[in-house]
Amino acid sequence: MSTYFHSIRINTDLCQGRMSCMRICPTQAIRVRNGKAAMIEEKCIDCGECITACPSGAIVPLTNPFGELAKFRHTIAIPSPALYAQFGREILPDKILNGLKKIGFDDASDQALTCGEVSFAIQEYLRDYNGPKPLISNACPVIVRLIQVRYPDLVDLLIPIDNPREIAAREIKKKKARQYDLDEKDIGAFYLTPCPSKMISIKQPAEKGKSHLDGVIAISDIYGPLLSAMETVGNESYRKSLESICILGIGWAMVGGICRTLRLRNSLSVSGLTEIIKVFDDIERGKLRNIDYIEAYFCLQGCVGGSLTVENVYISYNKIMKLIETLEFEKIKACPDIREVRRRYKEKYFFIEGKIDVRPLKPLDDDLTRAIAKRIQKDDLYETLPKIDCGACGSPTCLTFAEDVVKGEAKLADCVIKSTGQEPCGAAPGEKNNIPLKGKLP
Amino acid sequence: MSDENVLSQSFEIIGGNFGRAGKASTAVKDILKELGIDPSIIRRTAIATYEAEMNVVMYAEKGEMTLRVTPEMVHLHLQDQGPGILNIELAMKEGYSTATREMQEMGFGAGMGLPNIKKNSDRFDIVSELGKGTFLDIYIYLDPKRKNG
Repeated sequence: MSTYFHSIRINTDLCQGRMSCMRICPTQAIRVRNGKAAMIEEKCIDCGECITACPSGAIVPLTNPFGELAKFRHTIAIPSPALYAQFGREILPDKILNGLKKIGFDDASDQALTCGEVSFAIQEYLRDYNGPKPLISNACPVIVRLIQVRYPDLVDLLIPIDNPREIAAREIKKKKARQYDLDEKDIGAFYLTPCPSKMISIKQPAEKGKSHLDGVIAISDIYGPLLSAMETVGNESYRKSLESICILGIGWAMVGGICRTLRLRNSLSVSGLTEIIKVFDDIERGKLRNIDYIEAYFCLQGCVGGSLTVENVYISYNKIMKLIETLEFEKIKACPDIREVRRRYKEKYFFIEGKIDVRPLKPLDDDLTRAIAKRIQKDDLYETLPKIDCGACGSPTCLTFAEDVVKGEAKLADCVIKSTGQEPCGAAPGEKNNIPLKGKLP
Repeated sequence: MSDENVLSQSFEIIGGNFGRAGKASTAVKDILKELGIDPSIIRRTAIATYEAEMNVVMYAEKGEMTLRVTPEMVHLHLQDQGPGILNIELAMKEGYSTATREMQEMGFGAGMGLPNIKKNSDRFDIVSELGKGTFLDIYIYLDPKRKNG
């Protein structure tokens, strides 16, 4: 039974049981049983690390193929600002948007402008907010899942301002339906995504029934065609192209971009799971209460580091950074009208449509007395294990193996070292693989 | 109460080691999550244990935190080998702190330690002997209508 939608598929025909995915998974959501990898659905936060790690190409991101466009009478591309970072410095957003119209989309909508509006809306929200702090950005779906699953007590800190991609899709569909006298369902809004996790926020939004987007297409899938299509797109003057860029919006492509372009003084920007866990642990301890806002992205450096991007993450981070600096230096402010944003803000235009629920992991047992007994059993069992985390049993660590046995999901005999009675040779006990949540997790 | 109904685990805390500070309270929090304890109780425990752990790190030579979980409550016992507290009544006042300037620059010692522990626990006992050390007992009772999953 599958309750949770995931943007990752394991093809068991291709899987050779080589365990790379199991070892790299930061939430220890993969087991290898009978030679095949299997996902524990409640534990997976859709970060996509396993996709890159799999040596057999058996784990694939679930995005929409380009052919899906044919299902709609009118199609619109809504690119993540990370797309703007994929090409050389002289290729600016206006040219990229024009290129998208040449490769099969009827229209391309600059999401950066909506991002800018949402930045202003965040500023409005922070100004009047008196509740517990710090508020946490909900831009990264992996972070939203991480909080739902691992930090359920922080779920109320997620800022209730909706994502630019959702607002952009909602508004552009309304506009195009009027313009072309179409039904909204005949219009396909496709997000051009830097990572597979955006798919989950479309197929299974954290807070509402249905997304306004109709699909996601990987940036890496359209990169080639787009690059060739842009060769036939004429160039505007550099200055004119710059003047069409929303400085607040392009900041969404990289970690720290929102805080920097809004000049939020009392904010933190974090990327990468290991660092995020340190920050979230500090929030749980009651530290960081003086911080107003936290931007957190699973991918290093933010969306430019997504697994479905093409350009080297440091190059693309640099491109966005330089673009922001240039716009600041040239004093170009192609920003949304703040008065208009304030008017819409009062009309609840920017707020998420529901409440984000928690999704805490199943405890060892639903009954606390039995859970305590199982936890004691688990500790006792762990003490008898080799503690070398070899993974041969099909669980990523000896600790997870102990838990799997106590839960009845693995057999003690699966421990190769224990059942052969051999001392592990050459393996120093202790930290074998660098799993950020290791030891903290069942 | 029989032993299999009580989970008991101890964590060592080393005075002056700010690099490891917070490990014990994080471990406690993770155990409670595994047991399916209500998030609001975990939150209170996390704050209380962190404050208590930091007091040991900041003032004592070493100490130990023992977690006991029963179906009725979370109990934390802390004992340290430290200077002891001269005036407990004063230390319980919000804003009172003996932290050095260096500690305060690191963000510690806002003087909220003991009152914050008290605020987040259902019962809080403290015994201190000058020149020997301090004992804390923190009790947080579990709601009988425990939320699961």
